[in-house]
Amino acid sequence: MNFDLSEEQRLLADSLAKWAARSYDFDRRQKICATPEGRSPAVWAELADLGLTGLPFAEADGGYGGGPVETMIVMEAIGRALVTEPWLDAVVFTGALLRHGADSERRAALVPAIAAGELLLVAAIGEPQARWTLADVATRATPIAGGWRLDGVKTLVPHGAAADRFVVSARTGGDRTSPIGIGLFLVDRTAPGVSVVSHETHDGGRVADVRLDEVTVAAEAVIGDPARGLPILERATDETIAAISAEAVGIMDEALKTTVEYLKTRVQFGRAIGSFQVLQHRAADMFVAVEQARSMALWATMSVGEEDVVTRRKAMAAAKIQVAKSARFVGQQAIQLHGGIAMTWEYKVGHLFKRLTMIDKRFGDLDHHLDWLAATDGLVGAA
Amino acid sequence: MDLRFTDDEIAFRREVRDFLRASVPAAIRAKMIEGRKIDRDELTAWTRTLHARGWAVPHWPVEWGGTGWDPIRRMIFRDEIQSFPAPETLSFGTAMVGPVIYTFGSQAQKQRFLPRIADLTDWWCQGFSEPGAGSDLASLKTRAVRDGDHWVVNGQKAWTTLGQHADWIFVLARTDPKAKPQEGISFLLVDMKSPGVTLVPTRTIDGGWEINEVFFDDVRVPAENLVGEENKGWDYAKFLLTNERNGQARVGISKARLKRIRELADFPPDGAVAPLRNPAFRRRLVELEVEMRALEMTQLRVIAAERGDGKPDPASSILKIRGSELMQASSELLMDVMGPAAAIAHGDDGDDGVDWTRGGAATYFNLRKLSIYGGSNEIQRSIIAKAILGL
Ligand SMILES: Cc1cc2nc3c(=O)[nH]c(=O)nc-3n(C[C@H](O)[C@H](O)[C@H](O)COP(=O)(O)OP(=O)(O)OC[C@H]3O[C@@H](n4cnc5c(N)ncnc54)[C@H](O)[C@@H]3O)c2cc1C
Repeated sequence: MNFDLSEEQRLLADSLAKWAARSYDFDRRQKICATPEGRSPAVWAELADLGLTGLPFAEADGGYGGGPVETMIVMEAIGRALVTEPWLDAVVFTGALLRHGADSERRAALVPAIAAGELLLVAAIGEPQARWTLADVATRATPIAGGWRLDGVKTLVPHGAAADRFVVSARTGGDRTSPIGIGLFLVDRTAPGVSVVSHETHDGGRVADVRLDEVTVAAEAVIGDPARGLPILERATDETIAAISAEAVGIMDEALKTTVEYLKTRVQFGRAIGSFQVLQHRAADMFVAVEQARSMALWATMSVGEEDVVTRRKAMAAAKIQVAKSARFVGQQAIQLHGGIAMTWEYKVGHLFKRLTMIDKRFGDLDHHLDWLAATDGLVGAA
Repeated sequence: MDLRFTDDEIAFRREVRDFLRASVPAAIRAKMIEGRKIDRDELTAWTRTLHARGWAVPHWPVEWGGTGWDPIRRMIFRDEIQSFPAPETLSFGTAMVGPVIYTFGSQAQKQRFLPRIADLTDWWCQGFSEPGAGSDLASLKTRAVRDGDHWVVNGQKAWTTLGQHADWIFVLARTDPKAKPQEGISFLLVDMKSPGVTLVPTRTIDGGWEINEVFFDDVRVPAENLVGEENKGWDYAKFLLTNERNGQARVGISKARLKRIRELADFPPDGAVAPLRNPAFRRRLVELEVEMRALEMTQLRVIAAERGDGKPDPASSILKIRGSELMQASSELLMDVMGPAAAIAHGDDGDDGVDWTRGGAATYFNLRKLSIYGGSNEIQRSIIAKAILGL
C-alpha cells in the first residue's frame, strides 16, 4: 500500500498543470466553448503533443501504456481546468472499448491514428428511452451480404458533430432490452445515411443526435462478437466511471480552493467573511466531502483492473454514489459561499458547479447506482 | 502509487485474525457483538492475553513493549480487532497517558508506570474536563499548589469515564493562576486511593454507569508525579488529544456493525418480514456501506501520509467527524432493524427472552457522545478551517 506518485507520474501531473496554466486559462476555455464546435482542434493537437491521446493504449498497439493511475492524474487536471475536449470519451472510453473488444488487427488500424490526435472516435451508445441502461438498444443491425445495415437514432453522442467515426451499439438479435444480441459497429460520420444534429450542453460541451438511415457497413466494421457487445460496453463504462470520478475530484478541489480564497478576501461587516464561524464550518464540511470523494475515486481507480465483474461494478457504483453526493454539496456550497458573484456567467465557480452537476448525468446518476448497489449483497456482506 | 496491500501485509492480517480466532473467548465476542459492557476482570484477562503475544501496546517504542510495526500494520491490527470484534485495550492508559509518559516523562516514571499500563495492572482514567471547562479546556479551575515535596490539589473533574475502576487518574491542574490560561497548567499523575479523592457516579441517558465526577479535596500528590515541566501541561495535553483523535475513525467497529445489521435485516430473529426487502431500508444500508468504504480509504491515506514525518495530520479531523457520524448512523440503523421491540430497556446483564434487541436503542443513545467528546465535531470543523484551509 503506497499512495505516492512515481517520478513519472509526478512529471505527468506537473506538465499538465503547467500546460493548463500556460495555455488553457478560463478565458480561453470560455472562448472555445462559445465557438460552434465547443472544442478546439488546436487544443487537441496540444494534448496529442503532451502524449495524452495515446496514453491509455498499450505500447504494442501504438500507445504509451499508461494505466488507471495515469488516467486519474489526467482527469483531475482536466477537471480543474474545465477542459471541454473529449479526452474522457474519445480516449478513455473508446480506449477501453478497443482494449477489451477489438482484435489486434483492428487495434493496429485505429490506435496509431487516435494516439496521433488524427482520429476522433467516440461511442454512440445512448438512446432516449435507455437512460443509463446499456442493454436497452432499439437501433437495429440487419445482416446483409458482406456486412450490416444499421437503422435507428443514437442520442447524447459526445462531440458527435466533430467526431470522425462512431462506435455504434445496435441490436443484432433479441428484444429491445435483452443483454444478448447487441453488436458494436464502426461507422464513419460521413457515411451515406448518417445525419448529425448537434446540441450545446450546460457544461460547455456538445452532444449530438446521430440518425442512421439504412447505413451499410462492412463485416469488418464489427468490434468483437456481434451478439456480445454488452460486456465490452459495461467494462468500458466501469473504467470510465473511475476516470470521471477523478475529474469530479479535480473540479471539487478547484471549487473549494476558489471558495476558500474568496472567504479570505471578501470583506463584509468590516472583516473577512472567512472569519465567520458558520462559513468556516461549511468550508470544513466541503473539505471533508472532497476528501471522501477523493478516497472513492482512488478506490475506483484501483478497482479498474479487477476481473470479477460484480466486485468491480460495486466499486464503481460506490464511487459514483460518493462523488455524486460530494459534488452536489461542494458545488452548491461553493455558489452559496460566494454570494451573488457566483451567479454570473463570467465567474469560474458557476461553471465548475455546472460541470459537476452534469457529471452526475453521465454513466448513471446517484439514484441509478444506489438502486443497483442496494439490490446486491452490498459492500461488506452479512456477519 | 500502488493501492493494494502487499503480500506481507495480507499475511500479517491473516496472522492477526488467526490469533483472534484462537484467543478471544466466545463469551467476550458475544458481548462485543451485543454491545454489552466488558467488565474490568474481562478486560484485564484479555489485555494479558495480548500482552503475552507482545501485542498489547503495538504503537509504543520497542523498549517499552512496542512492536515496531509501521502505521499500515498498526491500522490492520486495529481494524482486525475492531471488526472481529474483540475489545481494544484501555485507551486512557495505552493511547493517552502511556505515550505522554514515554514522550515527556522522567526515566523513573517510565519504569514505574509503563509496564503496569501495558498489562493493565493499573487502570487509568482521564481528569481533563470540568463542569465549567469542556471545549474551552484551558479555562479549567482545578488548582495544584506546591507544598514542600508535594502538590496539593483542589477542584472537580467531570465526565471521568470508567473512573470507578481506576487506580490512577491523570489530571490537568492550574499551577500558575497569574499566567495566560494555557501557560499555567501542569500534568499530574494522581493515585485514586489518595485521601481526599471522591468519586460520584453520573448516570448516562442509556441508563449505564460509565462516567463520574471526581472531587479533589486537599489531595497531596508527590512532586515526582508531575510529568515533564511545571506549567507545560497544555503542550502534553494537546499531544494527547491529537493521538486520541487518530483512534476515532473506528472503521472496524462500524464495519462489524454493518455486517450484523445485514444479517439481522435478512433474518430478523422475531420472524418478521425481512427489513432487507424494504427498498428504503436497503438504500440506507448501502449508503452507510459507501460511507464506510470512503472512510476506510481516507484513513489509509491519512496513515500513509503519517509515515513521512511522524507529525499528526490535521486531516485526522476528517476521521473524527466522519467516524463518529458513521458510528452514530449505523447504531441508528441497527436500532431500526429491531422494530418495535427496540423499545425494551434491557439491563446490561441477564437473559430476559428478547435478547437480540439488547444494546440496540441503548447503544444508539450512548453513542451520541462520540460527536461531543474527544474534541466535539464543531471543534474539529474549526481545526480543519484553521489548520488546513487557513481561514
Ligand atoms: C460520555 C462522555 C465521556 C467523557 N469522558 C471524559 C473523560 O474520561 N475525561 C475527560 O476529561 N472528559 C471526558 N468527557 C468530556 C468531554 O471531553 C466534553 O464533554 C467535551 O469536551 C465537550 O465539553 P462540554 O460537554 O462542556 O460542552 P461545551 O464545550 O459546553 O459545548 C456545548 C456545545 O457547544 C459547542 N461549542 C463549544 N465551543 C464551541 C466553539 N468554539 N465553536 C463552535 N461550537 C462550540 C460544542 O461543540 C457543543 O455542541 C466525556 C464526555 C462524555 C459525554
